[in-house]
Amino acid sequence: MAEQDKHAPQFDAATGQSTTGHEWDGIQELNTPLPRWWLGIFYATIIWSIGYWVVYPAWPLLTDATKGVIGYASRIDIAQDMALLKQERAAQSKALTEASFEQIKADPELFRIAMAQGKAAFGDNCAACHGVGGGGAKGYPNLNDDDWLWGGSFAEIQKTLEHGIRFAGDPDTRVSQMPAFGRDKMLDAAQIRAVANHVRSIAGLSTEPKADLAGGAKVYADNCAACHGDQGKGNREMGAPDLTDAISLYGMDMASLTETIANSRNGVMPAWRQRLDATTIKALTVYVHSLGGGQ
Amino acid sequence: MSTADADDLPLFAPSKKVYPQSVSGPYRRAKWIILVLCLGIYYLLPFLRWDRGPNLPNQAVLADIANNRFYFFFIEIWPQEVYYFTGLLILAAFVLFLMNAVAGRVWCGYLCPQTVWTDLFLAVERFFEGDRRERIKRDEAPWSFDKAWRKSAKHAVWLVIAWWTGGAWVLYFADAPTLVKELATFTAPLSAYVWIAILTFTTYSLAGIMREQVCTYMCPWPRIQAALTDDDALNVTYRYDRGEPRVSVKQAQRLRSTGAPAGDCIDCNQCVAVCPTGIDIRDGAQMDCIQCGLCIDACNTVMTKVGYPAGLIAYDTDDNVKRRQAGQKPVYRPLRARTLTYAGLILVVGGAMVYQLATRKMADISVLHERSPLFVKLSDGSIRNSYTVRLLNKRPESRPFALTVSGPAGARIEAVGSAATADLRPVVTVEPDSSREVRVLVTVPADVHLEKSQPVTITASDLFAGEVVRAEDHFMAP
Ligand code: SF4
Ligand code: SF4
Repeated sequence: MAEQDKHAPQFDAATGQSTTGHEWDGIQELNTPLPRWWLGIFYATIIWSIGYWVVYPAWPLLTDATKGVIGYASRIDIAQDMALLKQERAAQSKALTEASFEQIKADPELFRIAMAQGKAAFGDNCAACHGVGGGGAKGYPNLNDDDWLWGGSFAEIQKTLEHGIRFAGDPDTRVSQMPAFGRDKMLDAAQIRAVANHVRSIAGLSTEPKADLAGGAKVYADNCAACHGDQGKGNREMGAPDLTDAISLYGMDMASLTETIANSRNGVMPAWRQRLDATTIKALTVYVHSLGGGQ
Repeated sequence: MSTADADDLPLFAPSKKVYPQSVSGPYRRAKWIILVLCLGIYYLLPFLRWDRGPNLPNQAVLADIANNRFYFFFIEIWPQEVYYFTGLLILAAFVLFLMNAVAGRVWCGYLCPQTVWTDLFLAVERFFEGDRRERIKRDEAPWSFDKAWRKSAKHAVWLVIAWWTGGAWVLYFADAPTLVKELATFTAPLSAYVWIAILTFTTYSLAGIMREQVCTYMCPWPRIQAALTDDDALNVTYRYDRGEPRVSVKQAQRLRSTGAPAGDCIDCNQCVAVCPTGIDIRDGAQMDCIQCGLCIDACNTVMTKVGYPAGLIAYDTDDNVKRRQAGQKPVYRPLRARTLTYAGLILVVGGAMVYQLATRKMADISVLHERSPLFVKLSDGSIRNSYTVRLLNKRPESRPFALTVSGPAGARIEAVGSAATADLRPVVTVEPDSSREVRVLVTVPADVHLEKSQPVTITASDLFAGEVVRAEDHFMAP
């Protein structure tokens, strides 16, 4: 039957149904076409899709894409959403701006808002140096602990945030200047070594076998005690760290101590009031205070 | 072998319109009862009230999407408990499989919304346009006033039912009486109208226009069902051993008197006339058959009329027909490995769900260890870890929870911004039916020996009701 009319419909002997004419190993495919409405829906969806090409941005061009007649862009949506959000949060912002720290602490709702806002602002501005959770790093204080260079009360944290530390652009910035005792030839190498040993000894750490502790104590009394105190307990007025506690910013091993005494450190933090509004700084203060060390 | 060009073939099936004839009998009656029950529940359930006390909705069944709660009589489901729905779905699947193993497409024939609503729509059609013969005649006849008003009335009632179906649906998502009022005064949210419109459209087109085509072309269940069934499952079966050859009553008498074979099927075509999918059950089991049993009712009516025993079409298996043909006894095995397994699984899953529900906590706690920094050394050398603790209160009243910690020796616990009890347990109060997150600090003194990581348990106890929940995490040290 090779040369039969190609277009004559074929029929399946068993069911009498027409076949597609396709055959595999003697098995023929029955012709069971889709119902008309089904096919209609299929075509309708194709036609519908053409509307999208016209209405929405669709076709990529060399540097751009077709804009679509209604000028839709998801960016505009975002801008609107953000504006709306700001508007919705205006009341909360206002409450936060006006409340004192005591009031914020006493009001769970205000506290929650301050924390959320503070956490977001911290991630955007502070995390780069202090770490995502305020864990700090060498030279960048850990904000979770109870050891504060400049004070850990709400007011002190707020002041540090606003004006920064040793920040040239703010006249009210917190300042203190530890001399570079070695570089500026105020102490010689032996004296530095002796005072480093003395500092380790008052911190309860081991000292070198032949350390000149008496000499170190004298160097300390003459040069360091003015800021760090006779007992090495530090002074928050001057941002002078407590040398005796378990926390240190730059390390208490001999090498780090020697480096600190010889060249001094004097880390810098920017004054955030130049970049953030007062409410954000307030929220940041609450957040940092809550990290664990707030006093 | 010649191959016809596929492009020349029709792209759509010539849809044959089905005109199911009315029928009466036990299966039809069962289907009416199920229809009234199912639709009654569906349309009226949103109006059923259930007192849950103040602050909580008093609708018995409510999916409160805005507040992330689902209410079902005495059960209130939180978003993290949606696994109950997974359980329900698993249970439903096993029930479906069990029904299928016992008596084939029970779901399709009696329970499926597609079947139930189509039945209702067919009843409306019959009310306005008469029974099968009358409908066929009118459809063939040219347009007339009679035809026009009957058709319009039918479609109008269909639309009302369809609209009411969509209307009932949205009532499950908001306080029903309030929403009805809002809908009537056009103050309801736009989404309510949109959903009603969508469901009106789907109900109208699925139950009014597409009907049996939904089952034949769209629904996956017939395909799955075919793979799940076995030889012992009962199906609506034409007993051809008894029916063939088909002859009239008179001729059957004549043939039998000469000793020639004569079947009981008198070829009246009643089974075909009543079939909602328009097929002939005498062609054997087929995918289009939703096993509604209406042809059984039709055939039994005929058999009784002509004085033959009923049951020429009946729930039976193909194997039994063959056995009878071979002179053997039919075998029915409703209790077999398959059905028992499904029943067992239903018991296990159902039991697990009941147990879950019965022992369900009305409070919950989850703890997340702060990862940055993992631990903090304080100036006195003690080690502190911080955690984000979320407390959940599923009760309709606010509850104070006292937190305690166990694990490393000497561990102290504080919650940032919370006061403590006299014995130094921080107290966190959680508002009714909500959750609260607190930052929790656990501190271990410097002189306690710590590994890099050790287990720690944080426990929250309701100060009044005494319910206790705990969560485990780790305490990290250098
Ligand atoms: S075939 Fe599908 S749609 Fe039809 S009755 Fe069965 S389950 Fe329902
Ligand atoms: S053949 Fe019989 S059981 Fe099957 S759908 Fe038709 S009437 Fe229902």
